[in-house]
Amino acid sequence: MDKLGVITSFIHNIVVYNIPLLYGTVGEIVVEKSGSLNLGVEGIMAVGAIFGYICGCYANSLMVGILMAFLTAALCGLLFAVLTVSLQANQNITGLTITTFGLGVYFFVGNGLKSSGWPIMGNYDNIKAGFADLPIPGLSSVPVLGQGLFSHNVLVYLGIAIALFMWWYLNRTTPGLKLRAVGEDPAAADSVGINVKFMKYLHICLGCGIMGIGGYYMGLNMSGSFNSSCWINGYGWIAVALVIFANWSPATAILGTFVFGFFNTLRVSASSLAAAFPGGLGWLGSIPTQVYQALPFVITAVVLVVSSVRKKRGSGAPAALGLNYFREER
Amino acid sequence: MKKLIALLMAMALVLGLAACGGNGGPAVDGKADFKVGAIYINSKNDTAGYTFAHHNGITTAMKELGLDTDKQLVIVDEVPEDDEQVLSAIDTLVGEGCDIIFGISFGYINAMEKAAGEYPDVIFSHGTGYKSNETNFNNYFGRAYQARYLAGIAAGMKTLETGNNNVGYVAAYGTEYAETASGINGFALGVQAVNPDAKITVKKLGTWADEVNESAFAVELIESYGCGVISQHCDSAQPQIAAENAGVFGCGYNSDMTPDAPKAHLTAAIWNWNVYYRTAMQAAMDCGEASKFVETMGSGAYYGGLKEGFVDVSPLSENCAEGTQAVIDTVKAMMVNGEWDVFSGVKLQIGADGSVNKVDAPLVDNAGNEIVAAGGASVEDSVITGTMNYYVAGVQEG
Repeated sequence: MDKLGVITSFIHNIVVYNIPLLYGTVGEIVVEKSGSLNLGVEGIMAVGAIFGYICGCYANSLMVGILMAFLTAALCGLLFAVLTVSLQANQNITGLTITTFGLGVYFFVGNGLKSSGWPIMGNYDNIKAGFADLPIPGLSSVPVLGQGLFSHNVLVYLGIAIALFMWWYLNRTTPGLKLRAVGEDPAAADSVGINVKFMKYLHICLGCGIMGIGGYYMGLNMSGSFNSSCWINGYGWIAVALVIFANWSPATAILGTFVFGFFNTLRVSASSLAAAFPGGLGWLGSIPTQVYQALPFVITAVVLVVSSVRKKRGSGAPAALGLNYFREER
Repeated sequence: MKKLIALLMAMALVLGLAACGGNGGPAVDGKADFKVGAIYINSKNDTAGYTFAHHNGITTAMKELGLDTDKQLVIVDEVPEDDEQVLSAIDTLVGEGCDIIFGISFGYINAMEKAAGEYPDVIFSHGTGYKSNETNFNNYFGRAYQARYLAGIAAGMKTLETGNNNVGYVAAYGTEYAETASGINGFALGVQAVNPDAKITVKKLGTWADEVNESAFAVELIESYGCGVISQHCDSAQPQIAAENAGVFGCGYNSDMTPDAPKAHLTAAIWNWNVYYRTAMQAAMDCGEASKFVETMGSGAYYGGLKEGFVDVSPLSENCAEGTQAVIDTVKAMMVNGEWDVFSGVKLQIGADGSVNKVDAPLVDNAGNEIVAAGGASVEDSVITGTMNYYVAGVQEG
């Protein structure tokens, strides 16, 4: 067994299998910063995944896939925005409805197409080549870490770039700061002339679009093999929790994704690590798989408890999160 | 609720009497009145996976018997393994006048046993379980290990060709369930019959369906354990796709996975559920009354194998090593004839030239305990289905 290879593949797996969480988390942060709590992440990612995958394959272009994933997911966002911003529907209920709706669309479209001819990823060279690993010159030749961290597909880099950009946007630009004002106190924002409705609509759609790309990633990572279980596999729900973990900061979301991913991937790699390093890590192998299965969720629960204890103090939660803004009630 | 059940029971009784009065003779004459009920764990609209395989088996069997799947099949799907919900599904099906009710998931076991006592005029048939009675309640399962053994031979011959003795196995569970353990062991013995030096590494998911990790585990087996052939006991084709992406080979399960991984897949151990469903439906129509069903079937436990055509391997792909087909045909014939079986004190030695020889050798588990002495008889069926909780020598968990 190649000992260093085991570590490299462990690091590589942490990134490869958990990047969709970053898309989901960053997307949800953008949505929540506008004061809207959208629990429909799972469904929105599913919609982005299925349309991104199908359109991308038909066009034989990764770019088209990304674009369609973004657009169709943003459309779900638009639906959410119409219901909650314009029609003042309860955000929690609407979000849950969007999840059910999104998964329904996913299976409806997927099953329908499967009976008439499902596009197989292997047959579309541009998609396959586009999703192949793209080593960063120089960095990727660093021993152990290089192949683990700097040799990934283009969507991994895009995810990190979006997260960093969103951090910059929310903290350093005027529209970003205006958005945060809307999320903190829409009435105050309204009184200084910020178009609250427009800001909410725009950022709900933008955030949902980002989630959609994450869904598309999941589909590609599953090699587009459509089955009775959804590609998203609960990642949307984890993303909702990771927003709190990340304290509503897209940059911290990168860290959160990898910390969560570390525990998530332990399940896959623990026994290999134990076998490669029987002296130091041998104990990893004696822990039952069920513990590894539960671990990411235990960690999530712990984080939720800790963050609710520290509440307010330095919390990045928008003050008006989950509350609909109705101008006439000011 | 009680009133409703009483009403339904009364209706069932009236319908039942009417059916008897009308025909008098055995139920085959009343083919048009025969009704099949089915309880599924997932959606009947699935296009792959466990429920799909059973639904396909039931509808195929009905078509073979000339039954109308629109009018004579009643399905309650997405029923979780919860006694209350299974019993309510059964009440519905009995109310619809079903003559035989199939429950496909293991966890339906207690509810079906209870219902069999409650409704003696209806036949209950439980998939993958182990409970039965003398009259109207049986269980059914198959000798998947036989098909696994054949797939193991294909894998073993591939290891000789590639010179890589590491074989990986992505399994839902390991020794916790006899179903998975017997599958892993059957496969391993098949590999070892060809390549005694082969090592089988099992990675278990701890759940029956988890596509993301089915893929991740296969990648891990390939990258960290250097496996050159990936076998699987899980629903999706992800392990095979992972093998394809990594340029190694694999053996699928449940359905022919060659379309999913055309360059990697060798052959898959598959189920032909329609074989059982046809047998059971025919017996249900022949037996005249529900209480004679088990007697007509011959036993409360149907355990079909290669012989019945209940399990098999999918057509070998072009990726298989040369001569694989001939060896598999020979070994399959031995099992079909009842000349030899997998878990016994007799092992097969398959030479590089394709020769198949029987030699007396003990069946030993991976802790070194002797399970069957050299030359000894096969392990009991009840062990294979119920209590096999060990791996054979050469199998390790990873």
